[in-house]
Amino acid sequence: MKREPFFWITISCGLVIMAFIILPLIEMMTAPSLAMLKATIKDKDVLRSIWLSIYAAGLASLISFSLGTPLAYLLARSDFRGKRLVEGIIDLPIVIPHPVVGIAILGVAGKNHWIGQLLGELGIRIMGSVTGIVIVLTFVGMPFYLNSAKNGFEAISPRLEKVSRSLGASMFSTFLRITFPLAWRSMLIGIIMCCARAISEFGAVIVIAYHPMVASVMIYERFEAYGLKYSQPVAVCLVSICLALFLILRILTGGKTREA
Amino acid sequence: MIRLENLNITLPGFNLSDINLSIGENEFFILMGPTGAGKTVLLEAIAGLVPVKSGKIIIGERDITTLPPEKRGVSIVYQDYALFPHLTVLENITYGLRFHRMEKAQAEKRLNRLLDLVNLSRLQQRLPANLSGGEKQRVALARALMVNPAVLLLDEPLSALDPGFREEVRSALKRLHQSSSSTFLMVTHDFAEALSLAGRAAVMNNGRIEQIGHVTELFEKPSSPFVADFVGMKNLFKASFSGTHAMASGLRVEIGRSVDPSSHYLAIRPEDIVLSREKFSSSMRNNFSGTVVKITNQGFYYEIDVGVEDISFKSLVTKGALIELGLEEASPVYVSFKASAVHIF
Repeated sequence: MKREPFFWITISCGLVIMAFIILPLIEMMTAPSLAMLKATIKDKDVLRSIWLSIYAAGLASLISFSLGTPLAYLLARSDFRGKRLVEGIIDLPIVIPHPVVGIAILGVAGKNHWIGQLLGELGIRIMGSVTGIVIVLTFVGMPFYLNSAKNGFEAISPRLEKVSRSLGASMFSTFLRITFPLAWRSMLIGIIMCCARAISEFGAVIVIAYHPMVASVMIYERFEAYGLKYSQPVAVCLVSICLALFLILRILTGGKTREA
Repeated sequence: MIRLENLNITLPGFNLSDINLSIGENEFFILMGPTGAGKTVLLEAIAGLVPVKSGKIIIGERDITTLPPEKRGVSIVYQDYALFPHLTVLENITYGLRFHRMEKAQAEKRLNRLLDLVNLSRLQQRLPANLSGGEKQRVALARALMVNPAVLLLDEPLSALDPGFREEVRSALKRLHQSSSSTFLMVTHDFAEALSLAGRAAVMNNGRIEQIGHVTELFEKPSSPFVADFVGMKNLFKASFSGTHAMASGLRVEIGRSVDPSSHYLAIRPEDIVLSREKFSSSMRNNFSGTVVKITNQGFYYEIDVGVEDISFKSLVTKGALIELGLEEASPVYVSFKASAVHIF
């Protein structure tokens, strides 16, 4: 059978996009010599910054999970006036330029705002602290968790919950026994998306905290101070971690569930 | 026993108004009406899943109007089964047990009896995804009855099933009803289904109950044009009445009895209308000559539209009768029906 020209257009566009994504990554991953990678891994500063990235991003995901789950459930299950507005607000952090996020948060957490003053009196420092980093990462990562969890809840028929209630289960038992077991996959994917987004954040973090240094800031600093060659090994370490995260994500979404 | 008193429900774009209904202990009651009449909303209100604006819902002697769904003792079975997809058949059926106090031995006895009744003993370990439609609905029935509810609500439980499975679930329903003490309240838009399950029924339209009565009574003596149309009286005409006859669009129809002159409609079932090529000579029979306007194939039978002056009668005939009578469009034909087949509203 003779293929139509359109078929070849789809194939060639696909190949161009694949190359566009993979080529720079492969180039970067293979650029540093093994000796250099070894040295980088042994570098305490690098390890500390990568650990901080993962730790802060993990915390941000955890916060998103615990604060975001009830809201995601509410958005999936009920219709109310202004729901669209709420959904729009949730998506705002995705569209706002990253440095602007940092500046905006500083505006509230700084000394000229009563919240900032209150935090200061409580001894909580935002500027240049892990707390500040976690807050910024939660800000940018939260929408990813919320949307994924919401989609997961929406995919479950409300009738399952209604039947569960009619069989004697309270709202909480119903969530625990029916909704959660059916939506945990979406929730976990949301956590991973949120985490990956948080790890990659740079623009907002650098406004709030240059030190302590997260991995993305360190990569930028090494690039600025020493050039490409010295920033690459750190980048390789960070990218490997991100890739691992997404690999888990892919396996989870592709895996067979009990009900399938 | 269920008693609904002046129930009003207001949802965006939909109202249920002034619902009054009383269903006896262990009755099999059927709620009928076209799609959008508010049947499912009424069921969900009884189950506590839709808020009630005013009025009372009483089950047994208990006013449950404000109770949450889990405290009502009302189970619900949906058209689309709503089985928990991550639980096996057995786990689905026993799901409600942990929320009810029931002795272990008694629960086990109940479980085995239900599994027997719905014929699922061999499928206990299957997941819902690996069941047929009929099996799924039987699981849903067993799950709902496992907790021994005072009331079992059934929301079009047969509608999503293939005809073969429908019969199997219908007979399971009958068996379950006979062997349980629960009151069954089933919703359907299909009058034939209601006839086959018998008992009392109500017809709903536009958020109101139009008529309550035994199914055969609804079928034979509909009290409003809407119910008449719903139970299949397709010949429904506006008419004026005097003495023992009616005038419908200039057609004089013998009724054989005097009627309330405030009535406005007369109705005749299509299967009560006889078509013939020769004029019937019988007293007490209405006889009109007309012409065939349209013949519609309905599968097992044909629907014939016959024009008599300004009126169009609908009649049902078998294919055999159609050929025997040699009916085609525009052929002349006599329409006749007994005076007693005329229903008045």
